[in-house]
Amino acid sequence: MSIDMAQFHQVFFEESFEGLDIMESGLLNLSPGEPDSEAINSIFRAAHSIKGGSGTFGFTEISDFTHVMETLMDEMRDGRRQITQAAVNLLLGSVDCLREMLFAVKEGQAIDAERVAEHKHALDLEQQKSGSSQQDKSLSAHEPLSNQAHQSDSKVIGWHIAFSPHTDLLKTGNDPVRMFRELSVLGELEVTADFRGVPDFYQLDPEECHLSWNLVLKGDIDRAPIDEAFAWVEDDCDLAIQPLYQADDLSLLVPGAENQVSANRAQHPAAEHVVQAGVSKPAEISTPVVIKEKAPGDEAKNKGSTSIRVDTSKIDTLINMVGELVITQSMLSLIGEHFDMSKQDQLKNGLAQLERHTRELQESVMNIRMMPINSVFSRFSRLVHDLSNKLGKKIDLKLIGEHTEVDKTVVELISDPLVHLVRNSLDHGIEMPDERVAVGKPETGTVTLEAYHRGGNIVIEVSDDGKGLDKDRLRAKAIEKGLLDEDAILTDKQTFELIFMPGFSTAEQLTDISGRGVGMDVVRRNIQALGGNIEIISELGKGSTISIHLPLTLAILDGQSIAVGDETYIVPLGSIIESLHIKEERINRVADKGETFLLRSEYLPIIRMHEIFKVPNVKTTKLSEGLLVVVEGQGVRCGLFVDDLLGQQQVVIKSLEANYRRIEGVSGATILGDGSVALILDIPGLVRLANQ
Amino acid sequence: MASILAVDDSASMRQMVSFTLKGAGYDVVEAVDGSDALNKAKARKFDCVVTDVNMPNKDGITLIRDLRALPNYKFVPLLLLTTESGMDKKQQGKEAGATGWIVKPFNPDQLLKTISKVLG
Repeated sequence: MSIDMAQFHQVFFEESFEGLDIMESGLLNLSPGEPDSEAINSIFRAAHSIKGGSGTFGFTEISDFTHVMETLMDEMRDGRRQITQAAVNLLLGSVDCLREMLFAVKEGQAIDAERVAEHKHALDLEQQKSGSSQQDKSLSAHEPLSNQAHQSDSKVIGWHIAFSPHTDLLKTGNDPVRMFRELSVLGELEVTADFRGVPDFYQLDPEECHLSWNLVLKGDIDRAPIDEAFAWVEDDCDLAIQPLYQADDLSLLVPGAENQVSANRAQHPAAEHVVQAGVSKPAEISTPVVIKEKAPGDEAKNKGSTSIRVDTSKIDTLINMVGELVITQSMLSLIGEHFDMSKQDQLKNGLAQLERHTRELQESVMNIRMMPINSVFSRFSRLVHDLSNKLGKKIDLKLIGEHTEVDKTVVELISDPLVHLVRNSLDHGIEMPDERVAVGKPETGTVTLEAYHRGGNIVIEVSDDGKGLDKDRLRAKAIEKGLLDEDAILTDKQTFELIFMPGFSTAEQLTDISGRGVGMDVVRRNIQALGGNIEIISELGKGSTISIHLPLTLAILDGQSIAVGDETYIVPLGSIIESLHIKEERINRVADKGETFLLRSEYLPIIRMHEIFKVPNVKTTKLSEGLLVVVEGQGVRCGLFVDDLLGQQQVVIKSLEANYRRIEGVSGATILGDGSVALILDIPGLVRLANQ
Repeated sequence: MASILAVDDSASMRQMVSFTLKGAGYDVVEAVDGSDALNKAKARKFDCVVTDVNMPNKDGITLIRDLRALPNYKFVPLLLLTTESGMDKKQQGKEAGATGWIVKPFNPDQLLKTISKVLG
């Protein structure tokens, strides 16, 4: 029979990675010296599951490695081993190693044997250190006893087995008949029951076993399968297994306790029953097993396919919604069957219902892609633990709102920028403990990771109570690097934003912790690529907060359609502040710098859409006759001059890059209800474009 | 066909056990931990229970002890899925009333062989 074990691999990997996360966070929460049995238990359990699974699914390297870890943790669990910081660190390192191994196996790559050996060696050393002199008893105690009575010359023709169960054998669900049946598969079996132990009928407890048996099993049989047949009951019975030799007299072979039996046998010949062994033949016992060959479609191993775990309630909502949709559809087709104008109202209602259900359906489908940001946040405990050790700083990590749900793509892509920001906070933000004490701060610094929803956005904040950004130093640095004119006047916000400029770094020397040649400019670019933006607020001596604003989902956008000539464009609704008619007197023209208009004592640049995208046939080129849509992107506000506002709708974003190429000022395209294509505007890009 | 309750907190192991046994024609019900299993075992009678040892919400040993205390499960085969290193677990399991054990790692054939052994 063959079952393709590969079908379980995906689940195994998923749960193993989850298990590793559990181990990691459990280890991080272990305080040396005070064992928390439940914490150790859950770490142990995770390791144990990985070991069991990897062994079963044939990943022996992983199961061997996990076995060593497990042994160590088992000793910690039993209190045989002290929990030291060193041991915890070692186990954390092993978790990493294990994760790499799993990843390699999952991707079908070779395991880095050297690294594994190194870790295993370290684990072995740690284990020996404990001085747990009690050798693995289980191993030595169960050394097979076979061959011990082997008489060298004569040929073994079978076995004599004296089997005398304890009275409570049946209460473990073991059935002697089952064992005899198993033995009868091995060879010719003769079973003799001994009824002498059976008590008087009135004292008989039917749940107890009072019989004992003498078995003769003939054939060229190894000892091992016989041991196996009795393995489950060896402690619940008196058992003697002796080899039978050619021409041996049976009675001579029965030693010890069995002698008694055979002696008694002579006195009570009538009490013996001979049961023929062939109770059931092997063919009848074995269950016919039919495992379906896997369908040909299964062959295609979707390598690199990603899966997502979805809460069942979300699926239920979806199914519910589809049910509603089907009802609406059948209602509509009923109306359509014999349609006349009297049914117009019904049709309208039906269509309104359809629209509502479609929207709800869309929302629930999008919801499936949402997963808690916890999956990103959780890895930071480890990062902070390791880095603060390395830096010699004392740092607490606070996680807030880790159950906030974000799109799966965001979860995947936000991780690297966040790592960079947290590293920065640890390295440059939080001061050394003595520095902190000197300025009257608690010795332990705090880095907070917070996520929450605001409007259609998700906001992720990284804040620390460290030294904050020094505006004068930032400014001096920017001037020194030639990124800023000496006489430039900057607001606080603009000054802080200097750190996002390419080629800017305030750290006197790059450490291996943050400055890895990747600057904040890359972080900002990555976040912009996700359709988000990043802001920084800082106070010298008090700390900094970096907020990342991201759209909830990357696949659908709430948009405002605008008309420019014959073209329709989509402006992300979130970036629109207001739309207005402007009076001529509020418009200023600056030679070579374009036009601005005055909005509540603020001068905003005007971007003429028809000029930027060279659209012909516009309704008007006179600013006072068209409309200005005031938009904001990355802190910059401007007015888009358009012909008209058309309507708001949700649009599905189609990538322009995938189908054509990247265009500045355009973040994607969508298909409108009438089938035509509309470009989705990228406001920050548009501003850049207008400035060129 | 005989009914089997398969208990394991690891989804992959549970699926593997369940798939193998279903393929052999057994009626299999899955449970994700000891207390889930106990509830399911009370709701109907299974002909055999196969359980993992290390689980949250009631481990396999406690599950076996609880099951044995139920009149319906007095003589039902209760098997532990355990690792070679867990000799003391086997002992604890026996004391709790386990019929026997299947040593991890095992392959589907070994599992079926053992199950057919206890279910006849």
